[in-house]
Amino acid sequence: MNIETIKTRLAGGELDARAVAERALGAAEELNETLGAFLQIDRAGALARAGELDADRGASPARALNSVPVAVKDNICVRGLQASSGSAILRDYYPPYNATVIERLRAAGTIILGKTNCDEFAMGSSNENSAYGPVRNPWDTKRVPGGSSGGSAAAVAARIVPIALGSDTGGSVRQPASLCGIVGVKPTYGRVSRYGLAAFGSSLDQIGVFATNTTDAALALSVIAGRDPRDATTADVAVPDYVSQLTGEMQGARIGVPRELFGEGLDADVRASVLAAIETYRALGAEVVDVELPHAKYAIAVYYIIATAEASSNLARYDGVRYGCRAEESRTLREMYRRTREEGFGVEVKRRIMLGTYVLSSGYYDAYYLKAQKVRALLKQDFARAFERCDAIITPTTPTTAFLLGEKTDDPLAMYLNDVYTVTANLAGIPGISVPCGLSQTNLPIGMQLLGAHWSESTLFRFAHAYERAQPFDARPSVMAKGEA
Amino acid sequence: MKEGWEAVIGLEIHAQLNTESKIFCGCSTRFGDEPNANTCPVCLGLPGALPVLNRRAVELGARAALALGLRINEESIFARKNYFYPDLPKGYQISQYDRPFSEHGELEIVTATRDAAGHAREWRPMIIRITRMHLEEDAGKNVHEGLPETDRYSYVDLNRAGTPLAEIVTEPDFRTSWEAYDYVNHVRRALQWVGASEADMEKGNLRCEANVSVRRAGEEKFGTKVELKNLNSVRFMQKAIEYEIERHIELIESGGRVTQETRLWDDRANETRVMRSKEEAHDYRYFPEPDLPPLVVTAAFIEEVTAQMPELPEARRRRFMEEYGLSFDDASQFTAERGLADYYERAARAATNARAAANWIRSELLRELEASGRGAEESPVKAEELGALVRLIDEGKISGKQGKEVLVEMFASGKSAAVIVEEQGLAQVSDAGEIEGIVDEVIAASPKQLEQYRAGKETLFGFFVGQVMKASKGKANPKLVNEVLQERLRKS
Repeated sequence: MNIETIKTRLAGGELDARAVAERALGAAEELNETLGAFLQIDRAGALARAGELDADRGASPARALNSVPVAVKDNICVRGLQASSGSAILRDYYPPYNATVIERLRAAGTIILGKTNCDEFAMGSSNENSAYGPVRNPWDTKRVPGGSSGGSAAAVAARIVPIALGSDTGGSVRQPASLCGIVGVKPTYGRVSRYGLAAFGSSLDQIGVFATNTTDAALALSVIAGRDPRDATTADVAVPDYVSQLTGEMQGARIGVPRELFGEGLDADVRASVLAAIETYRALGAEVVDVELPHAKYAIAVYYIIATAEASSNLARYDGVRYGCRAEESRTLREMYRRTREEGFGVEVKRRIMLGTYVLSSGYYDAYYLKAQKVRALLKQDFARAFERCDAIITPTTPTTAFLLGEKTDDPLAMYLNDVYTVTANLAGIPGISVPCGLSQTNLPIGMQLLGAHWSESTLFRFAHAYERAQPFDARPSVMAKGEA
Repeated sequence: MKEGWEAVIGLEIHAQLNTESKIFCGCSTRFGDEPNANTCPVCLGLPGALPVLNRRAVELGARAALALGLRINEESIFARKNYFYPDLPKGYQISQYDRPFSEHGELEIVTATRDAAGHAREWRPMIIRITRMHLEEDAGKNVHEGLPETDRYSYVDLNRAGTPLAEIVTEPDFRTSWEAYDYVNHVRRALQWVGASEADMEKGNLRCEANVSVRRAGEEKFGTKVELKNLNSVRFMQKAIEYEIERHIELIESGGRVTQETRLWDDRANETRVMRSKEEAHDYRYFPEPDLPPLVVTAAFIEEVTAQMPELPEARRRRFMEEYGLSFDDASQFTAERGLADYYERAARAATNARAAANWIRSELLRELEASGRGAEESPVKAEELGALVRLIDEGKISGKQGKEVLVEMFASGKSAAVIVEEQGLAQVSDAGEIEGIVDEVIAASPKQLEQYRAGKETLFGFFVGQVMKASKGKANPKLVNEVLQERLRKS
């Protein structure tokens, strides 16, 4: 059920909040063994919350997301629920406070269904880096759902919940959305509060939303967006009513195509689908223009310097002193630190902490971190110039469709290349959205990515929605909640 | 210092800014609460918590910078200083690095050489270059004693974590330990003066570290430096520097070499001890704090802060000399502390006689205050009351001698001068007619003495004064009595 359906059925008295919650809980519980999407399903909390909403039915219509079940990535704090961030070091960690996005979702009438599986501290593109086991792709359970927000993507793709929260540092919302055949939005940096999101790369992280369609994504973002006094990097920029911008109007719109991103390493099916989408836009009345992003080829290198540098510092707090796991019986402080972090962190997290520590070290800082920041500034300029010529840029979201579990785990560089189209938006701080645009010959979903200038989420939603109306994505995964269409 | 040698000393001061709440969260900075009572997700370093800069800390930082003559940068950047320690909840300290809050100050202090007993000889002005002053957060405190099982565990109290600090770094401009001593006292006073910090070393809200090296006189190159920590008072700092200078000179003269290291002052043993060597020094991996935007300080903000700042001590001393005609010594003494300067100024206004007010404060009030261990702000005799007392004396209502007694009474009872004078019936009779009447009565009652006086025994003048004062119960204005008596006794 999408949000519209829930709203209609509540209004018609066919359902109440409790029934909506029961349905979502049932699906989550039934499918979790197959998908591994949830780390915690909060049956008691969700039903209690539904009870509250039903008891206060009078106030329902005023709530933007009344009785909508939501799944939340495990690196976002919800008071009373676990927040392991997919890491063993935070096994059984229960935060004492709510993230700002959770406060806003609650105020909008949602029901928090539970916490979803993810790559450890959001580091990964396949969800295979979770300390609690992988998530499987609902389209083919031998395949990965993408990452790092794999659990949230799978939960929405399998129609367990209409919307879910993820976090996107280099593509962790858009890439799994693409691989799971749903919509995923990474807002402009500073659009959504990061307060309560366990930090990975603080200058890159944004909380984003998954939905089965553009309208639901727009509605969810309008609820969580906006300045937060608890996050000094949020901007005081008015949040438009995104849903009202979904006009389908494409006349006079300009869509930019960076041709250099359609070359080597791109799967033929993916290329064909995205090129077809460009033609759809042309047919809808949009002008297609070529744009250049000359520094995009450095994006992966720059990203893995800046993201790991910030991560090495952000993850220093997991030291066994105040919370989370601690290696007991250590004889010295040093030994406690070393063993706690050795036992608590997984391989990929350790790799990135070491990379990040290295690039910040005295004698290497200028050659790596500082140079990366300079290239990042050049990349921002590339986008600024490109957006003088167009309203949105179109690219594939990922080079390939969902790959097999274990296929890339031994080759970190191949894994990192999954983010080649998505990391640019995080480096430039601009918004991006992934929208399903077809199926491969092997029946796997393909996503296209739309990128816009800072604060242009409305434009992206309008573009995505116009495409969605012209080319409805009717295919459904093989693993799905009962009774869903 | 030994002949032929020169010491080179630089100082770092950490001053706690006097805010109600911490620099990056709303927790109280109160001292002495239950361990970890003043903590929240932000200062505990919980996953997902983010810092938000406390505007008050910036205001007080600006006050401190202005009081020390520093230039405030229009844009400064917070940076993360990364290291592991249990009292550092995030694994990094939010500080500032290559773009600090303020830089490039030249501070004029006065300093003096000291004799063997530590008494100052001849004060002279000296310019100290301040490299920078930046803002940062304090760490918490590790506790190793006084709690259960401290043989197996240590404890962490994070009440102090996130307290705002200003770190003030000088160029290596000091050549003696006493120069360093005079500088730290100057900075303490300046920070207290503008209300930026309590700057109390014993409470730990002012901490000091010194870099010390020695070289042969005339040598340009710096010697190997040692960093001194655990200097818990200005005097300990001075002693530690002195100890270190002598240690270096002895070491080098006996053919040894100074090792670059950090040493702690042990005030019981009166010596420094190695804390860590350079090999163990940290690579802090500073980088710009991505959670905080650059700190932009506008000219309007600086103007606003300046407008709220009290007049600085040097300016005020000059003004006291010009406006109230005070001597350099009085003006300096009264501007040593802001509370005293305020007190003096209020008293002088109430007295309408600035120099008399100065005399009363210097010779009477300060003695009483010192005896009771109080500062001017805590004086039981309010400035306005002291001014009123001076006025009573000036107007001849009571004598200066009575004034002193009244002041003691004011001090003890907290009553105003007027009330005490009224209660004790001290008001002087200054009415000429009334005094003439008394004088005439006394003269009429003492014909024998009058005759002797007029015959030339002028020592009897005192007798007549005594009789008049007795008849007036001591209230007659002595000056008037004197005048009237002179006149009446002369008459034949």
